[in-house]
Amino acid sequence: MAYNLKQVMNKPERLTGGHRMCAGCGAPVTVRTVLRALKPEDHAVCCSATGCLEVSTFLYPYTAWKDSFIHSAFENAGATLSGVEAAYTALMRKGKMNESYKFIAFGGDGGTYDIGLQSLSGAMERGHDMVYICYDNEAYMNTGIQRSSGTPRYADTTTSPQGTEMPGKMQYKKDLTGVMAAHRIPYVAQSTLTSNFKDLYEKAEKAIYTKGPAFMNVLSPCPRGWRYNTPDLMEICKLAVETCIWPLYEVEDGKWKLNYKPKKKLPVTEYLKPQGRFKHLFNDENRHLIDNIQEDIDKKWEELLKKCGEDS
Amino acid sequence: MRGKAKEMTPEVTWQEITPGGTIYEPGNAEGYKTGDWRSMRPIWIEEKCTQCMLCPPVCPDTAIPVKDSKRLDFDYDHCKGCGVCFKVCPFNAIDFIKEEDKEE
Amino acid sequence: MSIRERLSGNEAIAVAMRQINPDVVAAFPITPSTEIPQYFSQFVSNGQVQTEFVAVESEHSAMSACIGAQAAGARTMTATSANGLALMWEMLYIASAMKLPMTLSCVNRALSGPLNIHNDHSDSMGARDSGWIQLYSETNQEAYDNLLQAIRIAEHKDVQLPVMVCQDGFITSHAVENIELLEDDKVKEFVGEYKPDHYLLNHKEPIAVGPLDLPAHCFEHKREQAQSMINAKKVILEVAKEFEKLTGRKYEYFEKYNLDDAEIAVIIINSSAGTAKTVVDKLRENGIKAGLLKIRMFRPFPADEIAEALRNVKALAVMDKAESYSAMGGPVGAEVKAALYGKADGIKVLNYIYGLGGRDVRADDIEEVYNSLMDIVKTGQIGETYRYIGVRG
Repeated sequence: MAYNLKQVMNKPERLTGGHRMCAGCGAPVTVRTVLRALKPEDHAVCCSATGCLEVSTFLYPYTAWKDSFIHSAFENAGATLSGVEAAYTALMRKGKMNESYKFIAFGGDGGTYDIGLQSLSGAMERGHDMVYICYDNEAYMNTGIQRSSGTPRYADTTTSPQGTEMPGKMQYKKDLTGVMAAHRIPYVAQSTLTSNFKDLYEKAEKAIYTKGPAFMNVLSPCPRGWRYNTPDLMEICKLAVETCIWPLYEVEDGKWKLNYKPKKKLPVTEYLKPQGRFKHLFNDENRHLIDNIQEDIDKKWEELLKKCGEDS
Repeated sequence: MRGKAKEMTPEVTWQEITPGGTIYEPGNAEGYKTGDWRSMRPIWIEEKCTQCMLCPPVCPDTAIPVKDSKRLDFDYDHCKGCGVCFKVCPFNAIDFIKEEDKEE
Repeated sequence: MSIRERLSGNEAIAVAMRQINPDVVAAFPITPSTEIPQYFSQFVSNGQVQTEFVAVESEHSAMSACIGAQAAGARTMTATSANGLALMWEMLYIASAMKLPMTLSCVNRALSGPLNIHNDHSDSMGARDSGWIQLYSETNQEAYDNLLQAIRIAEHKDVQLPVMVCQDGFITSHAVENIELLEDDKVKEFVGEYKPDHYLLNHKEPIAVGPLDLPAHCFEHKREQAQSMINAKKVILEVAKEFEKLTGRKYEYFEKYNLDDAEIAVIIINSSAGTAKTVVDKLRENGIKAGLLKIRMFRPFPADEIAEALRNVKALAVMDKAESYSAMGGPVGAEVKAALYGKADGIKVLNYIYGLGGRDVRADDIEEVYNSLMDIVKTGQIGETYRYIGVRG
């Protein structure tokens, strides 16, 4: 069935308002869209790693989740939800229940790229029928914007601050989506917030309804940490895609597929300029670093095109 | 020992609190109002709205209710005034003013 | 009619788990508990159980998966030792705070460092404040019996806390001894079905578990959790009574061995109790009023009952197979002394650290401890209260 925004917006909301996420935060927009991909008659158990999403959506005595929800700790959303899924498998096998449940874990880049990588890898490797969504806001935002391995090169964070000797984070962003594709699970995708949400919705639908483990990496901007003008959330995501800094692609059963190729690839400066975390790159000493970023993005884009069987 | 979330006030005793911190009412955060966070306020200009539906999905706070594929007026109990909807509207059907300037 | 068998402690646990047929087992191997998930996964592989076995990639993930499974509505079990328990330390606290009635077989082994795979109690003693009920087992029989009872204790509506059943690594876990097993159907009847009131996989009544809990509410949650531990005392005896009817084997908070008229006594936990009992027998033959108190339930701690049992004792030695590095003794010593304070202030108490890193505990060592107690009774002088036995130098 072709995607129809007006139709899908009638589906029941599974994340209510009344949570404490910052005004303009990308993460709940991601979560709402992913949960919208569930069939209304399907039940879900959601899990979140400790982080902005968890503490803001489940602050006693309130929960913004309409489905059953579990949080246990920071580094183990993968393992915790594997346990829930194992319970489901066992109870179904023993005839103690017979309904359809879907299992969706959410983790920030902190709880996914770094401290949660082991438990995510284990869960994916064991083949649990579950989905893991990383809402990547490119730093440990909940504790005050510390660098993660998902922070892009030269970004200013509180543990990789730009100073006279160092212009921000010195390491390149980890290619987590690639790492998960190497697990050879049935479905891996990279997405973000696009204007009609078709990309994220359809990928979430595939992830949820493909049997076995699925992983999605969704760029979810943080107005506090990235220091852009808060209302510009959707524009920032668009620039990430149009500059090829955050390509939209899927790996379905090992086959790489590019979902969007910008007709006109924008220079990375378009993406960097509106964000305070890259402001220091625009002074004279640091300008050459932007070239470095551009080279790196170009190289990675070419590699991706090749993997996806696309022409340069 | 199943307690309702609204009974879990800052005065609730340990005998009455829900064990383990479990909450038995899914989505009860809806009862918590975040509208007072606003310093900016979106205004829906219904006459200009074509019901393209590009704004409801961008709201982090589910503050643009939808019925029968049409958006309704803002849920000011939850809208935090982020302005993302204002920026995405292609028809200038959303105005963005200072909260203190709102009409009573 | 019970089944007579010859099993190691690990085998006994695995058999108990097979008979219980839990919904989920998530475990990671570590010496000397490794055999438990090994035997169990063979049962899974042969269809002898319908359990979903999750071969997790670390102990932290084992406890995380157990938490997810138990919260989802599944009866969940696991096993570990030493650093495995230490790696899941954070999650132990979370499991009990979330009031999840899972069970864990802890095959006691020394915590690193240095790396040592042999028995002492530093692992489970290190987790004594985690909110888990702790039951200790002298033999394979006790380990088996304790695990069956643990299911009932944990899942009791007034408790809803996780339970750890401990036995000595290698000494008990790997030594084959006689054991009496219950028949499969008797076990099923005794443990019953797990029927939680609230669980994640209930779409009619979805729940949210594991909140951020601010100062306004956190303290009340912790007090409620503490009450469950207090409630467990009564429940543990009730379950033991029911178990006794079924098997004829009696269990209480601790075992009293020639204690009623004892003038000198030793408190000890797990397998070394067996060694100590032979020493008590020998001393009694020589007319010495020696006794032994072997603790079974360490959490909750049976303070009043221990004080009452030691009422007539003149000199007491508390044996600790773990250090607490308090510079004054071990964990059991501290708790016993606290229990006696104000109730039995006349008793002179020594605290011995013994058996660390699997150091062999000989009858001679225990006899030396009793000799020290006799000296104290004779001279009235206690000397150093924080002592070691079995270490060279």
